Amino acid sequence: MEFFHEPKIDWMGKKWYLIGLSTTLMVAGLVSIAVHRGLIYGIDFRGGTLVYVKFSKQPDLDAIRSELKRVHLGEATIQRYGAAQDDEVIIGLDLGTTASADALDAGKRAIVGALAGLFGVGPAGKVDFNNASPQTVAEHLVVGDPLRLAFKGTDEALTGYRELSEALVNFRNSPPHSGLIADLQELRAVTGVTPAVLEALGKDFYLSQYAVRNTEIVGPKVGGDLRKQALYVTLAALAAMLVYIWFRFELIYGVAAVIATFHDVLITLGIFSLLNKEISLTVIAALLTLVGYSMNDTIVVFDRIRENLRLTKRENILDLVNRSINQTLSRTILTSGLTFLAVLSLYLFGGEVIHGFAFTLVIGVIIGTYSSIAIASPILVSFYQRVGQNRIGVKPRVYEREAAGTRR
Amino acid sequence: MEIKIRTRVIIIAAVMLLCVFGIICYPANEQEMVGFPRTFERLKENVRNRIRLGLDLRGGTHLVLQVQVEDAINVTVDLAQERLRDELKAKGIPANVEKKTEDRRTYLLITGIPQDKSGDMQTLATEQFPDWVLARRAGDPAARELSLKATAAAAIRNQALEQSKNTIRNRIDQLGVTEPTIAEYGGQSDYEVVVQLPGVDDPSRVKDIIQSTAMLTLKIVQDGPYSSREAALAAHGGILPPDAELLPGRRDTSGAGPGTEAWYLVNRIAAVTGRDLRDAQPRQDENGRPSVNFNLTRDGAVRFGRVTGQNIGKQLAIILDNRVIDAPSIQSQITDSGRISPLPTVNYASDLALVLRSGALPASIKYLEERTVGPSLGADSIRHGVVASIVGLLAVMGFMLVYYKGSGVNANLALVLNVIILVAALAYFGAVLTLPGIAGVILTVGMGVDSNVLIFERIREELRMGKTVGAAVAGGFEHAFVTIIDTHVTTIVSALILFTFGTGPIRGFAVTLTIGLLANLFTSVFVSRVIFDYVLTKREKGEAISI
Repeated sequence: MEFFHEPKIDWMGKKWYLIGLSTTLMVAGLVSIAVHRGLIYGIDFRGGTLVYVKFSKQPDLDAIRSELKRVHLGEATIQRYGAAQDDEVIIGLDLGTTASADALDAGKRAIVGALAGLFGVGPAGKVDFNNASPQTVAEHLVVGDPLRLAFKGTDEALTGYRELSEALVNFRNSPPHSGLIADLQELRAVTGVTPAVLEALGKDFYLSQYAVRNTEIVGPKVGGDLRKQALYVTLAALAAMLVYIWFRFELIYGVAAVIATFHDVLITLGIFSLLNKEISLTVIAALLTLVGYSMNDTIVVFDRIRENLRLTKRENILDLVNRSINQTLSRTILTSGLTFLAVLSLYLFGGEVIHGFAFTLVIGVIIGTYSSIAIASPILVSFYQRVGQNRIGVKPRVYEREAAGTRR
Repeated sequence: MEIKIRTRVIIIAAVMLLCVFGIICYPANEQEMVGFPRTFERLKENVRNRIRLGLDLRGGTHLVLQVQVEDAINVTVDLAQERLRDELKAKGIPANVEKKTEDRRTYLLITGIPQDKSGDMQTLATEQFPDWVLARRAGDPAARELSLKATAAAAIRNQALEQSKNTIRNRIDQLGVTEPTIAEYGGQSDYEVVVQLPGVDDPSRVKDIIQSTAMLTLKIVQDGPYSSREAALAAHGGILPPDAELLPGRRDTSGAGPGTEAWYLVNRIAAVTGRDLRDAQPRQDENGRPSVNFNLTRDGAVRFGRVTGQNIGKQLAIILDNRVIDAPSIQSQITDSGRISPLPTVNYASDLALVLRSGALPASIKYLEERTVGPSLGADSIRHGVVASIVGLLAVMGFMLVYYKGSGVNANLALVLNVIILVAALAYFGAVLTLPGIAGVILTVGMGVDSNVLIFERIREELRMGKTVGAAVAGGFEHAFVTIIDTHVTTIVSALILFTFGTGPIRGFAVTLTIGLLANLFTSVFVSRVIFDYVLTKREKGEAISI
């Protein structure tokens, strides 16, 4: 099977269209970033509090909003996430409204308090099973002793109920319950649960309509440090790659590859800004992946150019670059197609946590592939043309020798 | 050729055995050298033990805290101030000593040094304060500044960080959290510590315990209790004796209830401090109230015995964080044990006992970051991640089979081996797989597929040029090899930079990427070639290969 049989596309003849497209994308991204007054950073970089809450039925966002306002958390952002039927919400607070240096978790406590206020604290003296830890469950079971373990000795009973509690909480936490059960009777499915256990649980526990699944609190210092670090480290990595390519090819190859990679990162960030998406820590990991991928793709094309320069003595640089791109086109399309398939699967099935990550890669694979042809190769061509004093049609002798020289 | 292939096959088999062994054979206990799994349950258990997942995937609490090392500097300067006053008095230098803090620099300001004593002052500083620098103060010839040398200050800060880490580790170990991580974080002068607690989904108690200073001192009561600070001062004519200090507490006459506020005049010097504790356990006192019983070290017991023996009939103040918890009368000489009571709750008593056992913090702690991934979210992430990876991998492998037919099998085999080697290497290094780590795996798989595509496309090209099958395979590998080396080395170079200069999430990415790419060089260049060569030797002369 074969998709491309010796394609003959004049890529460099279209280079102004390609560069125009890139420039448009970059300018659009930069304008969007400027209009937003910078990128939208996630809590990782901005500092603040995020609380992920899952509800047992569709939550009334307006009620939550007004309750938060009542406890002076009016600036809190409320946003749904995940699939619609999951009824999950992220409540976010910016640093300015919550963080004092002493009480980093003040915002979290305020949000959890507001939720408790809104949904009631349950019957007096009862504990919420959906937000209880295994220890809490065990403590109550030991007192109730529904399995009559006490006569075997305290330690025996403690171990027994601890194991049972862990099984109960595990059951609650694993899919499809995902941290929230609606009826204590559901727990019958857990091994070791008897009607007496259910009765004891019912005596001490109630079931709230929400569960806090995840909290993130980031102080101001950490956020700023991370942002700086991510930037510097990425720049250092790019510089190292430039030096290696310089060593293996020529300086201009390194420069072209780094510019192309930079272009990819810039456009991806621009798309994030255009779509109002937040830059989180996982997005940074994805950007690093994108840098690696784009670099890989560019080197494959460059490698072919270098090889053809060595083999062919009488060929215009334009034709040579076109031919090199066309020769590697089949591989380029295949590899990026397959990688795209893999990251698309991650985007579709990977779940909420890696959504931002997978989204970055879905864009990144396309742009990383495109930039090798549209940005890196034209830079190489115009360099050769300029230094070759526009001797189009004549073998670019000077560079030929250089290319061969650096190879040794 | 035949023999060469056999040797290469043996090498591959040996590597794979080593990898599979690393992934599935996890010793269940220390006696067991090899934990060969005999049941499916045990197999799952071993793999779970071997592949350690990060907190973002399995749930738990991630805390970043900063040790306020300036506290330790402050304590040192305080002690030096006391000592300097005594020394000045002994040397007959009538000067004043004051502690000053200016732009994060703490020093002692000595004023009113008589002209003829400035030489004595210098001698005193050099002899008695070798870690300090005595400098003139601009604008005042009778004043000097005594400040810690930079190296000494740095040593104190680093020691405070080290000791804090140890104390935090002790406390967390005592809480029974499995596999906690306590490590330095951030830059050299940040004094930050990251604490990772797998499976802990309510960090508030842990945070309190980590942060608790729990400074215990036992001091002889000189006088009191008084009903207020003013009353205590009035009883001494407004001036406290120099060897005493006034501390607040509660007087509990009935044995129950909160009692009334009380102020005690206690000795400045403690008979025993938390450092002299050998053990502390939560108990109940004779009235059934929560308490903590403690034992003293041998040194502490000797000192305690002497002090209590000399002060029979007097009260002994039990002081926690500068508050008097209780002040029982000393009935007889006490040597090696004591009790702190009453305490508000049983939980408070057990946490206090834990904190006392684990030692004091040399400096206070400030939290910078707190992340809790609920175990339910962690479970969801793992499930989603596994589904997505399998779907993605199957799609890629299916496509390779359709597109390259027989050679697709080869590529898929290389890909699977690549992933197995990567996972095994993570297991052997004890590395933790996090979300950014998975990003590294994805890039690895992408580049692994790319390597095979490069080789196969090149072989097809060579075939089109009319070469024989053997020459085309050799030529394809030879040409693609240069490209593969260049792409891999470039990416590994950048990964090494990320690993060296990055922290946390960025490092996780770099680790899996580096291992994955090295594994890929092995599988796509070496393993694939062996398979091709094997196919070529089995082939009838002139028969085409499936590519």
